Amino acid sequence: MDQGTIGSIFTVIVFVSFVGVCYWAFSSRNKKNFDEAANLVFDDEEHKISNKEDQES
Amino acid sequence: MSETSQAKHDYNYKVVRQFTIMTIVWGIVGMSLGVLIAAQLFAPALNFDIPWLTYSRLRPLHTNSVIFAFGGCALFATSYYIVQRTSQVRLFSDKLAAFTFWGWQAVIVAAVITLPMGYTSSKEYAELEWPIDILITLVWVAYCINFFGTLVIRKTSHIYVANWFLGAFMLTVAVLHIGNSMVVPVSFMKSYSIYAGAVDAMMQWWYGHNAVGFFLTAGFLGMMYYFVPKQAGRPVYSYRLSIVHFWALISLYIWAGPHHLHYTALPDWTQSLGMAMSIILFVPSWGGMINGIMTLSGAWHKLRTDPILRFLIVSLSFYGMSTFEGPMMAIKTVNALSHYTDWTIGHVHSGALGWVAMVTIGSIYHLVPILFGQPKMHSTKLINIHFWLATIGVVLYIVAMWMSGVLQGLMWRAVNADGTLTYSFVESLEASKPFYIVRFIGGLFVVTGMFIMAYNCYRTISAPKESIADNPATAGA
Repeated sequence: MDQGTIGSIFTVIVFVSFVGVCYWAFSSRNKKNFDEAANLVFDDEEHKISNKEDQES
Repeated sequence: MSETSQAKHDYNYKVVRQFTIMTIVWGIVGMSLGVLIAAQLFAPALNFDIPWLTYSRLRPLHTNSVIFAFGGCALFATSYYIVQRTSQVRLFSDKLAAFTFWGWQAVIVAAVITLPMGYTSSKEYAELEWPIDILITLVWVAYCINFFGTLVIRKTSHIYVANWFLGAFMLTVAVLHIGNSMVVPVSFMKSYSIYAGAVDAMMQWWYGHNAVGFFLTAGFLGMMYYFVPKQAGRPVYSYRLSIVHFWALISLYIWAGPHHLHYTALPDWTQSLGMAMSIILFVPSWGGMINGIMTLSGAWHKLRTDPILRFLIVSLSFYGMSTFEGPMMAIKTVNALSHYTDWTIGHVHSGALGWVAMVTIGSIYHLVPILFGQPKMHSTKLINIHFWLATIGVVLYIVAMWMSGVLQGLMWRAVNADGTLTYSFVESLEASKPFYIVRFIGGLFVVTGMFIMAYNCYRTISAPKESIADNPATAGA
């Protein structure tokens, strides 16, 4: 296999993987999971309700 | 509030505090060095005829201290903080954390000593000689073990996207550092690269551009994906976009290095490939920028009252600007004009001072009160002053360098009817002089802002508990 063929195969693999990533990210099946993940930044605050306002300021 | 989260989760904030404070210290050192060498460019006498203070030796110290000392400490601090808070678990190992802190400070001190003495491998952004490179490797491996170890023992089911960017930054920097630092030592402080000629150049810029792409971009995007939502009080605009952003960014950046070597001995196809990849890189870069800025959608009013958020959002604007400029400069015909001129310096600083420094500063203002158990920073007014000093400073800097750079490019390529050069090099230097003075003033603005930040942080840290909230007069608007 010459370099051109390897390059072409690699390009196709990367393109297919990228389409796969997009499908995975935008499929409605995963929406709930990603919404949960997006809220992870606030999750460890729930234990300290009394002080929550302070941190937001 | 941090006390409550400390008690509940028992996070290791000690190492975060240490790195946060050193971020400010090294930021001041690195940027002051930058201002000094900027002054030397229009007033060469400022090296005082002392070899240690010459431009050639201080310039690598400036770049190393702002990238690896200021930027590096900021990344250590925020990554240790983010990984604990989003995994809801204490760091994997306190001992490794302490080792990374003291090891990294030792690397920086070694750089501060050896670079002015003239020890250099002559590779840009990788000037440190081989014994220091080995120490960097050890610290970095400990850092990776600690970070990924924390992810392994996490108490949450998801790995938050900021950790993806931080993890990619750590792994890639390990590969880059080891790959580019392969040398044959000939004595304690002298070594030769195992690569030769054009291959060495390609290795160097594969390393160099990905130091930008992974150290200064992926790492700081991790910071952005945590602190922008946190400071704005709402989740990131689109988590799905952040996933596409991540995979597209890391799979493209690694190919962009050859644009540093246009019209050199590098094979033509490699140059064209690097150019094509650099242009495509515009898309994920802007995807990330839009994702960050749109997080404020519906809460734009917060920008009016919150200078910390302003730092974060303006950093994203500079990120968008420099990631548009970068692909454009990677086009060979544009590069023919811009390469080797001050335009490059302007581009780098719109990324370094506009994006990296501002997102760091915003994150530090968010972090310091939490880490030291205060409700907020000592003075919001001073944060606002810092914001304007930083913004005006960066704009002065990059506009001066754009003008100087385009002028240089045009003067260097101008030819007379008989084919001789219209201008000598010295004539172009003379033309640049006023812009060098403006750049110096811009740098002064930025450093002044850093000193104000240091004062504000000092007052916040040393203030007695509860005194800041109790006294709204000193807390400012």
